[in-house]
Amino acid sequence: MRESIIMKIHYGTAVAAVALVAVHILFRFTLGFAESLEYENVIANYQFLPYAGMLEIILILISIHGFNGLRVVLLELKQGSQYEKSVNYGCLGAMALVILYGSRTIFMTNMGMM
Amino acid sequence: MAAESLQISNEESGTIVSSTKTITLRIARSNPKKNTEQKFDEFKIPYQKWTTVLDAILEVKKHLDHSVAVRYSCRQASCGSCGMKINGRPALACFTKITELNSDVVTVEPMNNFPIIRDLVVGFERMFSNHKKIKPYIINEESEINPGTKEFLQTPEDVEKYIQFSNCIKCGLCNSACPTMATDSSFVGPQALAQAYRYVADNRDKGKDERLKIIDDSHGIFRCHFAGSCSQVCPKGVDPAMGIQLLRGYLLGFRD
Amino acid sequence: MPNIDENKEGIKGMANPTRYGIERFAYLLMRLSGLGLLVYFVVHIYETSMILQGKVGWDEFLEITQTTEGHIILALVIGMSVFHTVNGIRVMLGHGGIGVGKPARPDYPYPAQSQNAKHKISIYSAIVLAAIAMMYGIGVMFGD
Repeated sequence: MRESIIMKIHYGTAVAAVALVAVHILFRFTLGFAESLEYENVIANYQFLPYAGMLEIILILISIHGFNGLRVVLLELKQGSQYEKSVNYGCLGAMALVILYGSRTIFMTNMGMM
Repeated sequence: MAAESLQISNEESGTIVSSTKTITLRIARSNPKKNTEQKFDEFKIPYQKWTTVLDAILEVKKHLDHSVAVRYSCRQASCGSCGMKINGRPALACFTKITELNSDVVTVEPMNNFPIIRDLVVGFERMFSNHKKIKPYIINEESEINPGTKEFLQTPEDVEKYIQFSNCIKCGLCNSACPTMATDSSFVGPQALAQAYRYVADNRDKGKDERLKIIDDSHGIFRCHFAGSCSQVCPKGVDPAMGIQLLRGYLLGFRD
Repeated sequence: MPNIDENKEGIKGMANPTRYGIERFAYLLMRLSGLGLLVYFVVHIYETSMILQGKVGWDEFLEITQTTEGHIILALVIGMSVFHTVNGIRVMLGHGGIGVGKPARPDYPYPAQSQNAKHKISIYSAIVLAAIAMMYGIGVMFGD
């Protein structure tokens, strides 16, 4: 993939994530910070489908943006085709792992499988 | 002569010894062909308000240690030969006066991000090869050199769009200050990127797509993070950071 | 001993923000806040998975995070997020060629148009907003 396409995705995920994370944080203030983190309230959040969907989107957006950012930093630190290949695939793998792990939490909690 | 302070003798000195003010000039010495150890030699140099760092180095070469290696030519910021790190910041030695440094000690070192040839002289091979990579010439099939073609006409407004970037003297200061170049050996660098914009912005040129393709790789234009250090050290007002961002605007779809 | 191959400044030079003004400082903060937020994000994904261990697991996790140290870390995360967002918008617009000035014949002493007041004000604003958000966050977390 051309670097300009990757960076367009990088900027796009950033803008979208900012908007959605703002909503995510606002949810912490609906009941007061400590109260919003109580088990029952958190479960209620997860089981509210639009909110769970939003969490999933945030998870994907930040994973893409964050791990691409890490890839950029690592590519600039050291060069070499083997190293660069490892960084590219390593970051892609780490991104996929985090998305899978986070999705598991969202999905299972949403379905009441705790 | 390591760390030894030397004075210019009155008999040998030129005109600037009449000055009562002196600075300590610390010159980084290294010769990679013999060993890689860098050391600093110190010299006490008298100066006037017009004395440049290059004048001071040449005074050392003339009277104290002629083995100091320094590259220079025009002495007026036109040739781009005498770029070096002066008190930690890349600058042209001929364009930096001792008085403007506000320091009793002036340390000169070879520019970073370039291989050292000897002492203050660095190799420009990589910078020139990156410069060539972006095709620094007008690409146009209807070239003036073809028989039957006319000269290209440009309005003053057309010239304003690129003239700033054509002031580049290839001194390498921007590449030396760039934070990406500090770690990334494959990065094309601010000098070449600004020159890519110089030709893309020229309305006689038809090579925009070709150049954008060259710089759109994993060590191309997107490794610039707009820290702007290149523009802060440019001695000719080229403002490479501006050129790079304007060039990137084409790739991001902000410009046609 | 300098690396004679290219005499690169290395990470120390890249991370030294003292020589090239506030823009270079913003570059460093952007990078550090980005890495910090990525670490927090991964930890956050792990910590929220504690919900799968039921009420006991979740409460045990809250006992660890809802502490003074936990709140200080969260306050830092708030600061990093705000700086990274505000400065990120500045950088993104800059990358598109917006607000970087218009090419013109330069005059001595050649002030760089791309390093203009708009950018400097944006960087200072990002720092101030991050500090305000951190203080607000501390107020909310320690106020509860």
